[in-house]
Amino acid sequence: MGFAAGALIMMVYGYDPISAYRALFSGAFGDLYGFSESLANATPLILTALTFAIGFRGGMFNIGAEGQLYLGALAAVTLSLLHLPPAMVFALSLICAVLAGAIWSLPVAILKATRGVHEVISTIMLNWISQFLAFYLIANILVDPMRAEKTISIAEGVRFPVLVPGTSLSYGIFISLFAAIIVYLFLWRTVIGFDIRAMGHNAMAATYAGIEKWKIIVFVFITGGFTAGLAGAVHVMGRPPTYAVYSGMPSITGLGFEGLAVAMIGRNHPIGIIISGIFFGGLLAGGRIMQLFAQVPLEMVRVVEGIVVLFLAIPELIRLFSFLRKMGPIVIFRSKRSSDEDRRRL
Amino acid sequence: MNLAFLRGIFIGSLHAMVPITLTATGEVIGESSGLFNIGLEGIILMSAMTGALGAEAGGPIAGLLIGVATGAAIGLVFGSICTYFKGVQLIAGVGINLFAAGLVTFWLIDLGVPGHHAVADEGQMVDISTPLGDLSPMIIVAFVLPVLTYILLFRTKLGLKIRAVGENPQAADVAGINVHRLRLLSTVVGASLAGLAGAYISVDWMGSVTKEISAGRGFIALATVVFSGLNPMLVLLGGFIFGFFDNLAVWVSTMPAVQRVIPWQFVSMAPYIVTLLVVAGVIGRVRFPAAMGIPYERE
Repeated sequence: MGFAAGALIMMVYGYDPISAYRALFSGAFGDLYGFSESLANATPLILTALTFAIGFRGGMFNIGAEGQLYLGALAAVTLSLLHLPPAMVFALSLICAVLAGAIWSLPVAILKATRGVHEVISTIMLNWISQFLAFYLIANILVDPMRAEKTISIAEGVRFPVLVPGTSLSYGIFISLFAAIIVYLFLWRTVIGFDIRAMGHNAMAATYAGIEKWKIIVFVFITGGFTAGLAGAVHVMGRPPTYAVYSGMPSITGLGFEGLAVAMIGRNHPIGIIISGIFFGGLLAGGRIMQLFAQVPLEMVRVVEGIVVLFLAIPELIRLFSFLRKMGPIVIFRSKRSSDEDRRRL
Repeated sequence: MNLAFLRGIFIGSLHAMVPITLTATGEVIGESSGLFNIGLEGIILMSAMTGALGAEAGGPIAGLLIGVATGAAIGLVFGSICTYFKGVQLIAGVGINLFAAGLVTFWLIDLGVPGHHAVADEGQMVDISTPLGDLSPMIIVAFVLPVLTYILLFRTKLGLKIRAVGENPQAADVAGINVHRLRLLSTVVGASLAGLAGAYISVDWMGSVTKEISAGRGFIALATVVFSGLNPMLVLLGGFIFGFFDNLAVWVSTMPAVQRVIPWQFVSMAPYIVTLLVVAGVIGRVRFPAAMGIPYERE
């Protein structure tokens, strides 16, 4: 449906939707190069989607991945200032990025738990604050002395090695997949994960059962911050050619919000998120091809995303989709239990 | 000199408060009826774009009206999804924001210069001269609308109905009120005001469109609504506070002396930090309609 609306908009602006979509999909999944680029784009999206999904499972609407990702990326860049053995810097970069994301989500958790501030407002405000903080850091502290328009690059031995030569795909994708599995185990195989889902399912019943709400809030936002911060680090440490953040942050803005769309389409389940993350990564990779060959601006992809999310808000439609999906092959990836749960939630 | 200086800050704050006040007033109506629209940011962005184009085609008034129409149209989509289709309001709102961010950037590229489009001079609104200085006529609108909204919500039968569907939709339904229709109506009216705010930004205040022109004002307006506790009169006060800090960054950019001490990036953070602090400070004493954010389903 989103694609149909996208086609309509392209026609209104005088583009040819059929050749655009052909370029989009062949560019995304047509060959090894395209598919590698899709996976490369999926790498941070899967992680920011996990941020949103953890919140959503706990009944919270965490849209702070955007800002937490900026800080994660810049924390990783900062660590490259250190003159230590590369392996050590590599580990420290990841750890500091994860912590930066968590620290940035802490105010949200504190304000929600103690003052009842709605997380939508606090996360958006923190996103803007972090954007200006990032601008400051990029222009003043982390600036590349040779090229003023970007930060210093991640040091040579600290980068994720490229997985498929000639593409942007790095070993960072394994971090994303690993994180998705960890989040799955965390939410479905631990006590605190059960409590989080119980809180999201029925907050009143969970409270009566003795689950402390503030604890859930803190856990949800801290773990969300972990994956969002990691997303920033993995992106900047695994993205050729420059391994740096440019002023204005064109390469990382939007990754947090796109993660939200990825999570929604992946039904807020880590396995679903991997699939939809690769799909969205493909849209972005194919979008570049589309821009090149059909002259349709890449932003069209974002328009389609917006429409898809808008319609995903409708519970009846989701029920229809999960019915259709049962017929399709995707059912293998989704356990019956989770789909039943989804239906009850909405 | 000093007085002229203070007057400059005051006038700047007045201009900056208009979009926040208008959007927040609209959202007060929407939230009173029980719908929480976080798509306001997207509505402001979209109508800034359409309003600018409308103003170039048919003058500033046409631009503002097209902004209102854009807001109403998006409000209609959002409202229908969240009433008749029982959609999840937060998700639908985010969908609007993503859609608007994508489409406006796309549109700006389509217009030629990527990322920025200046509104032609004949499309821009002319300020009126007052003893205080040059003021936009929209400032008057921003002061009058909250008062009218207050009268609507607390002094008319329709206002009572709107508050009833927000507070207890079951009871309102039993009393013969069409819950979905009234909620849809309130949201459309609220969204049109956000549309007016968006068109004001591009046609009148800034005189140009960028892909980040809304700059979080939709969310600051949501915070203003929280601050006001759904009282349109307090929206005026909240709007002025946020307008002041919004204007601060512009004002500091004209003063190199201050900029040497505090980098501009930190000054630009001010409106967002203030919003966070204000919201954290007032929450707890405000009360929202009991059924806010919950789709209404007939038993």
